[in-house]
Amino acid sequence: MTKVFTIGAGTSAARAPRARADRPPWQERPSVAGQSAKGLSLGGVLAVMLVPLWIVVVTSLATPGAVNRAGGLVIWPDGFTLQAYREILTDPTIRTALIVSLGITVAGTALSMVVSVLCAYGLSRPRSPGHRLILVLLIVTMFVSGGLIPTFLVVTGLGGYGQWWALILPNAVSVFNILVLRSFYAKTSAELIDAARMDGAGDWRILRSVVLPTSRAVTAVIALFYAVGYWNSFFTVMLYMPTDSEKWPLQYVLLTYVNRGAGMPGSVNAGFGMAHAQTAPLSTQMAVVVLTLVPLLIVYPFVQKNFRAGVLTGAVKG
Amino acid sequence: MVVPAIVLLLVFNYAPLFGLLTAFQYYDPPAGVWNSDWAGFDQFRLLFADPLFWGALRNTLYLGLVQLVLFFPIPIALALLLNSVLSVRVRNFIQSVVYLPHFFSWVLVITIFQQMLGGAGALNQFLRSHDLQTWDITTNPGTFVLLVTSQVVWKEAGWGIVVFLAALSAVNPGLYEAAAVDGAGPFRRMWHITLPGLRTVIVLMLVLRLGGTLSVGFEQFLIQRDAVGHETAEVLDTYAFYYGITTGDYSLGAAAGLFKSVISLLLIWGANKLAHFFGEDGLYRR
Repeated sequence: MTKVFTIGAGTSAARAPRARADRPPWQERPSVAGQSAKGLSLGGVLAVMLVPLWIVVVTSLATPGAVNRAGGLVIWPDGFTLQAYREILTDPTIRTALIVSLGITVAGTALSMVVSVLCAYGLSRPRSPGHRLILVLLIVTMFVSGGLIPTFLVVTGLGGYGQWWALILPNAVSVFNILVLRSFYAKTSAELIDAARMDGAGDWRILRSVVLPTSRAVTAVIALFYAVGYWNSFFTVMLYMPTDSEKWPLQYVLLTYVNRGAGMPGSVNAGFGMAHAQTAPLSTQMAVVVLTLVPLLIVYPFVQKNFRAGVLTGAVKG
Repeated sequence: MVVPAIVLLLVFNYAPLFGLLTAFQYYDPPAGVWNSDWAGFDQFRLLFADPLFWGALRNTLYLGLVQLVLFFPIPIALALLLNSVLSVRVRNFIQSVVYLPHFFSWVLVITIFQQMLGGAGALNQFLRSHDLQTWDITTNPGTFVLLVTSQVVWKEAGWGIVVFLAALSAVNPGLYEAAAVDGAGPFRRMWHITLPGLRTVIVLMLVLRLGGTLSVGFEQFLIQRDAVGHETAEVLDTYAFYYGITTGDYSLGAAAGLFKSVISLLLIWGANKLAHFFGEDGLYRR
């Protein structure tokens, strides 16, 4: 569907007047049909991505009256109130969950980054002792794993049930991320490092003053990957603290109260006659959805432009 | 400097590998791996005698293959489409939008789908207000495979284009110019230059995805399993979770997990062999 241009227009195209400065001279001018088909399909893709988010945000800002008038989700803004946000931010469950989520994300990301950066730097220096063996040790874990049950048994065996560290440590190291970092660090100019060494800098100093500053982009991307992983995790909660509701992070609250527990009106849960004292108002539910999105939306624009660098090396060499 | 990472991997990746021994035991929590009784292959015999296990295996293969077939071409098509957009601004904007859902959690994605397509969702709200037959997609076992596939497409198709876009930008632009001068139209240029340029990456991604077929979105199914019923939504991973952790039959769960891992490794190995057979690099160069 990409190329709906008329074939055969190619030969005279080079002489045709150029419509755009960035179109190479040899490229045909696209037909109107081709251009509009392209525009339509890209517009469609954007709509599929953005319309649901739009509806969620608009509903979270809508007054109860507007929700009633619309018979549910609100598609066009109709009145405006921050009532739903005021409610969830004063709700003790959600407030605790927000703090827990932020805490796990910050602590986990910090730990993961320190461990990964150190490991990647160590492996990026040629001729470091045991280099190949350690690399093999890392890569093996990408292909074989003990799986769910043995991991669960190890973590609970170490006393992790109901503990914060059980949500962080088991997934703190991503070998994939380490390999991406390593391939970047290995590209740091050898002259620069040699010069630093001449000046008497040790490995710590080189890492801090030479390698890290020259690879900020990839470090930011990897930090985002880790942070998103911690922020989004809910399965570890289900495994290690399914009943301690006062320790739940935001995603698990979203799952429990919005996705199933509170029984979305009309979903099966509501029909099974489970004891739902009260379904939270739709705006409030949508405000919780938005709340889980906000931190991501704040960080995303700053990191997004560096994605290609970060993902590529990993994907191609991984 | 590598010590902290190695310690974490030894404890949380290598110790569980050793813990796979539970699959060959009658695991008894107080006794632990060291003192539980050996079962030989009894757990696997139990597993293979369980019709629920075969149901889970069938669902896994069915859902995994449908997802593979329907999902795989979409990022490639999207990358080609995006690559043909000349304006850098427009291209960057579209990229930032389509990458975004990759960073959403499954809880969030499924909640959004429920809000759009569920019984009280936007779609049915519209149908109801126009006196049309309502259609609850999120709880219907018949359309479950399409529902989960569209969720995967919504969440991951945009992110999937990163690799292909990079491969596209690595194609030498001189080739296009030479072909155009020789009279090749857009179709022929795509067929003879663009697609061959993508071939290595396509094969690599295919090998990786085949290896992941049995691991179809665990969290995705876990969340939706109860809404559509386990007959449709139970996959090997959720089976291991429910029979291993929820009912406490650790050895049986571990056996199911081990079975899955072995088949996955075989799949990735086979796909890689096949890639080599057709003269491609696959995971590594021969």
